[in-house]
Amino acid sequence: MSTHAPTLTKTAVTGAEQAVSTAAPPATPRRRRLGPGRPIPYGWALGPVLLLAVWAAGSAAGLIDPRNLSAPWTVVSTAGDLIADGRLQSNLATSAQRALLGLLFGVAAGLALAVLSGLSRLGEGVIDGPVQIKRAIPSLALIPLLILWFGIGESMKVITIALGVFVPVYIHTHNGLRTIDNRYAELAETVRLTRPQFLRHVVLPGALPGFLLGMRFAVTAAWLALVVVEQVNATSGIGYMMELARTYGQTDIIIVGLVVYGLLGLVSDALVRLVERRALSWRRTLAG
Amino acid sequence: MAAHTGGLTAATHPGSARGVVRIAGLVRAFGDRKVLDGLELSIAAGEFVALLGRSGSGKSTLLRALAGLDHEVTGTGKIDAPAEVSVVFQDARLLPWKRVLDNVVLGLPGPDALDRGRAALAEVGLEGREKAWPVELSGGEQQRVSLARSLVREPELLLADEPFGALDALTRIRMHTLLRRLCERHRPAVLLVTHDVDEAIVLADRVVVLDAGRIAADVPVGSGVARRHGSPEYAALRDELLARLGVDPVAADPAAGDPPALDPTAEESAA
Repeated sequence: MSTHAPTLTKTAVTGAEQAVSTAAPPATPRRRRLGPGRPIPYGWALGPVLLLAVWAAGSAAGLIDPRNLSAPWTVVSTAGDLIADGRLQSNLATSAQRALLGLLFGVAAGLALAVLSGLSRLGEGVIDGPVQIKRAIPSLALIPLLILWFGIGESMKVITIALGVFVPVYIHTHNGLRTIDNRYAELAETVRLTRPQFLRHVVLPGALPGFLLGMRFAVTAAWLALVVVEQVNATSGIGYMMELARTYGQTDIIIVGLVVYGLLGLVSDALVRLVERRALSWRRTLAG
Repeated sequence: MAAHTGGLTAATHPGSARGVVRIAGLVRAFGDRKVLDGLELSIAAGEFVALLGRSGSGKSTLLRALAGLDHEVTGTGKIDAPAEVSVVFQDARLLPWKRVLDNVVLGLPGPDALDRGRAALAEVGLEGREKAWPVELSGGEQQRVSLARSLVREPELLLADEPFGALDALTRIRMHTLLRRLCERHRPAVLLVTHDVDEAIVLADRVVVLDAGRIAADVPVGSGVARRHGSPEYAALRDELLARLGVDPVAADPAAGDPPALDPTAEESAA
């Protein structure tokens, strides 16, 4: 504003303009901003740090009973102990293997079914109905049946995770395939693409955003299913470690397990988003 | 420009028997409504025909019939169209996930496809933008890519469905100049669907007015004089076409009120 007013008076040609600029120094009154305003640096960390501070203060002051919630420093030292004797690593490896296998089979199945159902009317008729029915049943409700069929071994766990994973992959990929703009199909006809060329250049790249969105849901679903299967009849894994800690009232170990689950979720989501940014760089300019 | 116009008009034989496009008794109906009703039209090789009509007059239906895109439309009649037909749509219709050059050569066979694509991009003035994503281009640039995609196929017939309808006025004038220059070089027969009378007069060798599914008027556009805004021939042609379209020419504010830049000869330097 300060630079504005002098220029106005210098170049002012009409008396009215001059009058305005001399009467009220800020020639145009600044409007009140209605939006939330400028972002605070590291603003996203505010809430978590506050939470941690309350937790630490509560524990130090003895307001929080360690039987309900261990102090943050206890959790840190417990994590150190668990890593030192190798328990955390071996349980984490078991968990990660289950999740990855389930994810692998689930994504493969979801993708294959979505392509079959998305590209052929017959395929859609056969596949879509059962998948929608499956979608209405929570995967975890199937566990009793899966235990009867596959026992309580690894295969039951991987299958449960895969069942949770394939639904979002199927839904979003199928939707991506079906919502490809018909104008692109017209274009493909006018430049005389063959059917395989049409699939390769138009359909599959067009469905990729949908597939990757499905992947993000799938990764979350995989961890969720993992937690449940590891707390039912497991003898290893992060979930088992937490379940065992519950029987001994070790809240510090439970918290370590929760932190590990949280980190796994964050890291895997970040990975999928990284892949998304790479694969969908053609729309990065829009996203900014 | 003058030489170009002379050359094109010399090749023009409206209704010529050796036309690359011959349409006879074309009927297209959506349900009970006949959109095209016994339409007859032929276009000579290298001839630039503008197709005017009110909305709903069947312009796009005719173009889609020629492009072979009317799968679910019932109809009869005979269409002779060349094997190599290219379409320019109103939207540039670039695949957003393919870079500019890959869009141009989409489905183009042959080992030299990429080189031909680069040459086509250079022709429309987009040399150096081969690796850009479509979203990074302006509307006019996108439409130029779409022109390159059409012309790289060396079509005998170029179909354009209001290709400049979504562009701003200045960009549209530039595109007119570009399109004329490209057509002069490649000499495809052109059917340009438009609702803009001035665009039709400026670009075409012949203006056809479609009304109620039939050709209501078929007017050759004379030599370069008639293309100049403000000339009496131009004004007369404009009035005639507007009258055919059911618009009162006086109310429509004739050529005198338009900016002088609409003169295509003046535009050469701007483009």
